[in-house]
Amino acid sequence: MVNFKLNGKPVSVDVPNDMPLLWVVRDVLGMTGTKFGCGIGQCGACTVHVDGEPRRSCITQAAEIADRNITTIEGIGTTATGKAVQQAWLQLEVVQCGFCQSGQIMTATAIIDSIPEPTDSDIDAGMTGNICRCGTYVRIRQAIKEAAKTAAAK
Amino acid sequence: MTLQSQTALSRRLFLVAGASAGGGMIIGWSFDSAHAEVEHGPPLAPSAYIHIDRSGAVTIVSPMCEMGQGTYTSLPMLVAEELDVDMSKVSVGHAPPSDALYGNPKIGGAQITGGSTSVRAFYLPLRKTGAAAREMLIKAAANAWGVDSKSLTTEPGFVVDSANARRLSYGELAERAATLAVPADVALKDPSKFRIIGSPAKRLDVKGKVDGSAVFGLDVKIPNMKIATVAASPVFGGKLASFNESAAMNVPGVLKVVRLDNALAVVGEHYWAAKQGLAAASPVFDDGPNAAITTADVVAALAKASERPGGVAKNDGDATSVLATAAHKIEAIYEAPFLAHATMEPMNCTASVSTDGCDIWVGTQIPVNSQKAVAAALGLKTEQVRLHNHLLGGGFGRRLESDSTVQAALIAKQLDHPVKVVWSREEDIQHDMYRPYYYDRIAAALDENGMPIAWSHRIVGSSIMARWAPPLYKDNIDPDGVDGAIDMPYAIPNKRVEFIREEPPGIPTAFWRGVGPTHNVYVVESFIDELAAVAKKDPVEFRRSLLTQNPRALHCLNRAAELSGWGKPLGERRGRGVSVQNTFGSYMSQVAEITVSKTGEVHVDRVIVVVDTGVVVNPDTVVAQMQSGVIFGISAVLWGDITLEHGRVQQSNFNDYRVMRINEAPTIEVEIVKSSEDPGGIGEPGTSCLAPAVLNAVFAVTGVRLRKTPINPDLLKNA
Amino acid sequence: MSSDIWSFLRIGALASLPAFAAGLFYSVEATPSGLKSADSFASIKDERERSLALFNEAGKVIQNPRCTNCHPAGDRPFQGDDSHPHQPPVTRGADDFGAVGMRCTTCHGQTNFDAAHIPGNPVWHTAPIEMAWVGKSLGTICEQLKDPARNGGRTLDQIVHHMATDELVGWGWKPDAGRTPVPGTQAEFGELIKLWVKTGAHCPAP
Repeated sequence: MVNFKLNGKPVSVDVPNDMPLLWVVRDVLGMTGTKFGCGIGQCGACTVHVDGEPRRSCITQAAEIADRNITTIEGIGTTATGKAVQQAWLQLEVVQCGFCQSGQIMTATAIIDSIPEPTDSDIDAGMTGNICRCGTYVRIRQAIKEAAKTAAAK
Repeated sequence: MTLQSQTALSRRLFLVAGASAGGGMIIGWSFDSAHAEVEHGPPLAPSAYIHIDRSGAVTIVSPMCEMGQGTYTSLPMLVAEELDVDMSKVSVGHAPPSDALYGNPKIGGAQITGGSTSVRAFYLPLRKTGAAAREMLIKAAANAWGVDSKSLTTEPGFVVDSANARRLSYGELAERAATLAVPADVALKDPSKFRIIGSPAKRLDVKGKVDGSAVFGLDVKIPNMKIATVAASPVFGGKLASFNESAAMNVPGVLKVVRLDNALAVVGEHYWAAKQGLAAASPVFDDGPNAAITTADVVAALAKASERPGGVAKNDGDATSVLATAAHKIEAIYEAPFLAHATMEPMNCTASVSTDGCDIWVGTQIPVNSQKAVAAALGLKTEQVRLHNHLLGGGFGRRLESDSTVQAALIAKQLDHPVKVVWSREEDIQHDMYRPYYYDRIAAALDENGMPIAWSHRIVGSSIMARWAPPLYKDNIDPDGVDGAIDMPYAIPNKRVEFIREEPPGIPTAFWRGVGPTHNVYVVESFIDELAAVAKKDPVEFRRSLLTQNPRALHCLNRAAELSGWGKPLGERRGRGVSVQNTFGSYMSQVAEITVSKTGEVHVDRVIVVVDTGVVVNPDTVVAQMQSGVIFGISAVLWGDITLEHGRVQQSNFNDYRVMRINEAPTIEVEIVKSSEDPGGIGEPGTSCLAPAVLNAVFAVTGVRLRKTPINPDLLKNA
Repeated sequence: MSSDIWSFLRIGALASLPAFAAGLFYSVEATPSGLKSADSFASIKDERERSLALFNEAGKVIQNPRCTNCHPAGDRPFQGDDSHPHQPPVTRGADDFGAVGMRCTTCHGQTNFDAAHIPGNPVWHTAPIEMAWVGKSLGTICEQLKDPARNGGRTLDQIVHHMATDELVGWGWKPDAGRTPVPGTQAEFGELIKLWVKTGAHCPAP
């Protein structure tokens, strides 16, 4: 059994120790907001937060997150930064197909939480792990800067 | 605004469908406006498109799927404009499979999303649908008040009787309107009165995509559903020979092993069990006839095929003779590699087969084709297959195919519960259906001023059409294979284009973003650039002189040159390239600004896009699609390459099939030309115009002319 | 680098060596696991020569991709037996544990994850820039190892302890599936370094 908190709620699942968190969340718990894109940590679509830090859930073994706080896209909006990021994403029409965007938002939120005024350099280095095949990068960059301003104003 | 499920909608459709001609097989095909054919469009059937509930909330069904290109907003905008409702009251619904109701008039009346046709095809039909519904609502109010319809008007969501200072909401009127006849003919608004069309209306599909509630094919959840993953023969055409069933069944969570002719599937409680089970099963395949194929074999066959004459797709004047006797002739061979689609959402499909039929839950560009393919595979009648469409995590042409859908149905047939079949990324890359490898021979004769007077372009490659829509492969010509080659924007008197079909052994090919134009514009615009260099003319100036009969293309070129600062020096190892095209009913010019490092690495710093796409429905979507198309194109020109060794695709995931990341993306500037011409398409032209702009910039910086992609830095080292 | 090793080996008068695979050095006297034991250098009478020979043998570890991949001279580590640039692109960041948003721990867990070919360790990170090894000769690396200003403020004895027992160093011998382990064992490597220090910690020419 692996016990952890998911978006603030305690969860207990009977899964193999090496089962990636991604499949615990999607298939066992039915929370499909976190996406599967590559399975090897190359694309970032599966990004969640473990105790506030971004992790690729496709390569995070269940045993490693025992007793930790997991936040997914479904829960990130309850944080001020997460909400600011989602709002900026909508305001600037970042989204196209949207499949990568859960991961983009989770990483962007973590960056702004650490760096209140992220520079282009910070965005380059921090977001490079999140692939978008629709090419929404121009707007992601703008939206991160916009969200950072909103989050700071609060 | 939430997406409505199809089932909920069909129970609540409010207006009775009008009489209409049904059905539709593809009898004509056109992706470009030069041959605009409106076969039969959808009938005037507001009931198939609009639901209004008592509160006045409007759900509009989109006939075309949403894969990021914005149809779930732009198409409802067309309805909402004429219906006279605010977009804030509108939700969008998935269309069930029905050529009769949702067929695409630009694709022979079939319910297919592709070819950048959605807005072009539905611009008038959906406006008519909205206008018809509005008239029915007015009539319902007129009946309720006992007045003449002509005395009434509408404001968003209301029928208004200003003479008597009264109004009725659409919500109150909908049920009564539903009983009325659909008008045969409707008047449309004058564009000067547009409130919605032409505005950057907020997208209707994105709230769920930022809060995690959006349901893509991969996210489908059906009661009692299990999850499977699958490995097909790594060599195309191979068969499943053996596997270790007990090893698979010993993996915790594995429920069943399912064998197909050419693949092995393992079903489990979750993807992890299925994946571990498949690894434990260690399937062995009989590789079959294509076991030794390499990329070199494919290219050798194409090169050989290029020596024979092909189907003549165009023959203006007498290019052959002029070239034969030309004093000054330029010839070149251009190659373009196999490309994978690599949509962010790997291929997947959920299926459930029972005695009375089959349910399919998937994200697809071809709901009816898939429905029919599944029916055929299972020996069912088409209507016994109930297909439910979803949001697509990227299409790019990959989801114009039914292979993974049929595969899921065949797996489900061996089970007594629904199964979600999920392809790994490795399976997705190695069992893609690739943009063909093309081998082109191109030649031009030049006059004493260096201007082209004859042009001959011979295209060699797989014919996607011959497989995908066989009636359209006629006279040895694949109309998509020559798209962008037969209709280039330049005035050249003697022009010959040929197509030679040469299939790579066993390797499946399919439409890739930009389809024919992506490959042909790369060749045409690179070769035009070569001619400019031979004539010692500036690339922009050279093109200008050939575009005198094409004012829309010329305007795009001039604006792109101006906005990019063409001619102003950029600094060491930096330079610009230009491209022009008239494809998908739109005109476009791009200028790419690049830097080439001393080790030959190309970085695209900035791209300027000027697009004339006629009447614009949603300008924000146009800008987004330009950004999208450009970045998609850069990934391909810099790194896109699917190669074969021992009959197998060598690439497998994003570590070895490289695509652009945010830190590598250029700045992108887009100018939309104001126009009232017929709408053009915008999903694909951004991509088809990009590669030659970058390659021409490479020439400008290094003096090296690349005639093969992806760009090989070794060829540019210290150049 | 390799030319330095070659010239040194001739001076050391070792038995003739068979053809080399790129990056892998073999000797007929190697233990089956691939590293010569510290004791086997006892035949070299001159202490300085013996010291140099020991360090050269330790070089099979120090200059192995498992180690050098995370001792880059720039900001981006390498990956794989062929030491290609790390994909996805990562940078050491302010603290050598990655950039904000792309921390090493964003992908790398506490332990190796074979099914996804992702190495793991509780303190996965790049060595600080002053411990850069890529593109440096064994002699230069040797000087770095001895210099407290560049070796994390360690004494030579602490270096021995670090090499012999540190878990992240130890990962090199227990990588995830698909990566070739460093030759020998960490214990054998520790012995080589220990004896190298004992024999004067001499460095090959830079």
